[in-house]
Amino acid sequence: MAFKSTRLFLAAAVLGVSALSANAADFMPENPECVAPANPGGGWDFTCRQVGKTLQDLKLIDKTMQVSNLAGGGGGAAYAYVVSKRDSDNDLIVAASSATSTRLAQGAYPGNTQDQVRWVASVGADYGVIAVAAKSPIQTLPELLEKMKNDPNSVSVAGGSAVGGWDHLKVLIAAKAAGVEDVRKVKYIAFDGGGEAVTQLLAGSVDAFTGDISEAKGFVDAGDIRVIAVLAPERLEGEFAKFPTAREQGIEAIGANWRGFYAPGKMSDEAYNGWVSKIGTLYASDEWKQTMAANGMAPLDLQGAEFQKFVADSVQQIQDISREIGIIK
Amino acid sequence: METLSSLADGFIIALTWQNLLLALLGCFLGTIIGALPGLGPSNGVAILIPLAFSLGLGPTPALILLTSVYYGAMYGGRISSILLNIPGDEPAMMTCLDGYPMAKAGRAGEALALSGIASFIGSFFATWGLILLAPQLVKIALLFGPAEYFALFTLAFATLGGVSSTNQSKTAIATALGLGLAMVGVDTQTGVPRFTFGEVHLYDGIDFLVAIVGLFALSEVFVFLEHRHGSSDAEGRKMAIGRMMPSWAVLKSCLPTMFRTSFLGFLAGVLPGAGASLGSFISYSMEKKLVDREGTFGKGDPRGVAAPEAGNNAAAGGALVPMLALGVPGSGTTAVLLAVLLALNITPGPLLFSQKPDVVWGLIAALFIANFMLLALNIPMVGIFTRLLLVPPRILMPIVAMVSFVGIYGISGSTFDLYVMVGFGVMGWVLRKLDVPLVPVILGTLLGNAMESNMRRAITIDNGNWWTLIDSPLSASLWALAIIGFVLPMIFGKVMKARMKRMAKDEEGALTD
Repeated sequence: MAFKSTRLFLAAAVLGVSALSANAADFMPENPECVAPANPGGGWDFTCRQVGKTLQDLKLIDKTMQVSNLAGGGGGAAYAYVVSKRDSDNDLIVAASSATSTRLAQGAYPGNTQDQVRWVASVGADYGVIAVAAKSPIQTLPELLEKMKNDPNSVSVAGGSAVGGWDHLKVLIAAKAAGVEDVRKVKYIAFDGGGEAVTQLLAGSVDAFTGDISEAKGFVDAGDIRVIAVLAPERLEGEFAKFPTAREQGIEAIGANWRGFYAPGKMSDEAYNGWVSKIGTLYASDEWKQTMAANGMAPLDLQGAEFQKFVADSVQQIQDISREIGIIK
Repeated sequence: METLSSLADGFIIALTWQNLLLALLGCFLGTIIGALPGLGPSNGVAILIPLAFSLGLGPTPALILLTSVYYGAMYGGRISSILLNIPGDEPAMMTCLDGYPMAKAGRAGEALALSGIASFIGSFFATWGLILLAPQLVKIALLFGPAEYFALFTLAFATLGGVSSTNQSKTAIATALGLGLAMVGVDTQTGVPRFTFGEVHLYDGIDFLVAIVGLFALSEVFVFLEHRHGSSDAEGRKMAIGRMMPSWAVLKSCLPTMFRTSFLGFLAGVLPGAGASLGSFISYSMEKKLVDREGTFGKGDPRGVAAPEAGNNAAAGGALVPMLALGVPGSGTTAVLLAVLLALNITPGPLLFSQKPDVVWGLIAALFIANFMLLALNIPMVGIFTRLLLVPPRILMPIVAMVSFVGIYGISGSTFDLYVMVGFGVMGWVLRKLDVPLVPVILGTLLGNAMESNMRRAITIDNGNWWTLIDSPLSASLWALAIIGFVLPMIFGKVMKARMKRMAKDEEGALTD
């Protein structure tokens, strides 16, 4: 125990020094705060707490990051709050993910758009997976999609997000890539979170599961479910390398659930650059690599302007699909 | 016997000074947090996560601290239910029904001690259940598809009639009101907002904590304000605390109740998404149906205190089963614990028991230790808690109002929730005037969404075929139970009512609100 913390401290000290020299702007937030737009326990809360803890371990911030949970409207309450009340706060970052850009794209945050805030950086991505129960006769993604094409009523797919949410869109992206004509007919069953959806896959209530790789990991290890496709451009690293991508099965579908942060729209350039460099340093650290590996997160290394563009592009892409399936007009 | 030797290893891990101190700290903080209205186990655990991290604790000590807080909060929730008629957290709601009348009748000390013992028995059995049955119980959870869940919820609501009131139709109206309130928010099946009037804060629906604190705590304040010219000070807590320990005869009469409800509560906890609230709720209504021959439930029957307390603590233990074995949280609190596990780089799931035995068994041993500590802490502390009763209402009520506002603002950080809470307070006041029970309103709000989504999931999976709801033997039998539970009281209701009239001696003491 004592040994472990000494080692951690040393690692932190070394990294801290290198971080200081790298960060010329030398911005240090007085009261670092991370808004998690959900109740304790969810993905955004996890992002805030894990990043806050690691930033402090790495000495990138000198005070404990205060995590405020501001649940409501699937992140909309926090978004509106930051835009209207904290628009020029320099100490604040907000956890975000693909769910944020999906809802922004579909106009589910009334009156808010993605250009009202400054997008800071990503801290990784969770690639989408499509899985079936271990005893399912379906072996490959094309098989599943073929069944869907012939009779959309015969296949039900479960996921952890609402209809029109990211888990749903991932299946539709795959279905569309496989030439399913009317993607609106694809039968999607929404559950409260990926865990519940996987459980129902095991119980045999549904035929397939769409979600993130981290949600499926424990069940894959136990041999209960079979991942038939990862929606990544190429095979993932390490223990995830055994899963085939959709692309290598001839289906051009990529779906990444990124995790990252945005900051208030009128944050000073100095503070913005400071946060960008802090999260960048965190992303490059060994501690964060371990966190990512343990949680099945894949690399997605985007900071500052690059990340800003990435978010703008994905909002556009989601708007196009959503319009096509009739979720927005 | 492999299990027992693993458990022994667990005790070796848990029985270090550091871990014992952490368990004691967790139990103590948890009890306090649980007792504060609005702050329940999930908030308690969430608040203390940074503490666990900043102390630099390893996975096992951190889990020991946080699960002690969890168990502690489950114990603490009953304190304000009994003394103030304000549930400390949502599973403690059912404890109000008989706990508060007992306190009013001068048996507060007894009610607190009894509920402490019931809590102990509930969690003690649940922890054994967790040890012996965890791998098997996962299979039960897998029997429950959407249709079975819907049948289970129907059963829960069908047997609700007469739980909290003697008037079936008023209970039905209150349930319908609660279910209606649950409809507010973005519909998870289609993503369409319902009854939100473009207000972002309503997109996630009405937070049941806000509803509970408004309906119970604030309406209590309003009722007090209304009567302030009258006899408020004269009434001035003539309430006696009574004896500190229940007599052996009372305890003995409650023991079968505790054992039955421990079992029921544990099963309810094991089902993902049902959790402790359903555990205490089903425990109470089943026990009322089983043993309440004189109609004393709801008027300060000790068994009515023992049933939900044993039930909700057993459910707390049960909820750990799907969390550890499936990675699916059975309740809000286990969702938070799940996040902690992930933050500690432990992936719960089918392989957790074989991959990280030290964490799992250390945790289970810690649950036993926490449980004994809580019993030891709670029985002597009954005296301290009951002092609360000696505070005159004119001082107590402003404190209740303050704690409600601070508590709710602390959870969501939004003033909008405060307005909603005040709205619920007024609604609670009106409903009390009309003699409509409040508990079904809350239960409807709390469980309505899960009930609706499961029905719609079942029907979507089966392409719009409604018969799918009674398609499996399990759901068919749940439906049968629900119908019997609903119809029987109507037939026997008249007989009961006549008998109750004879028995009704203390109309004033009855908690019909």
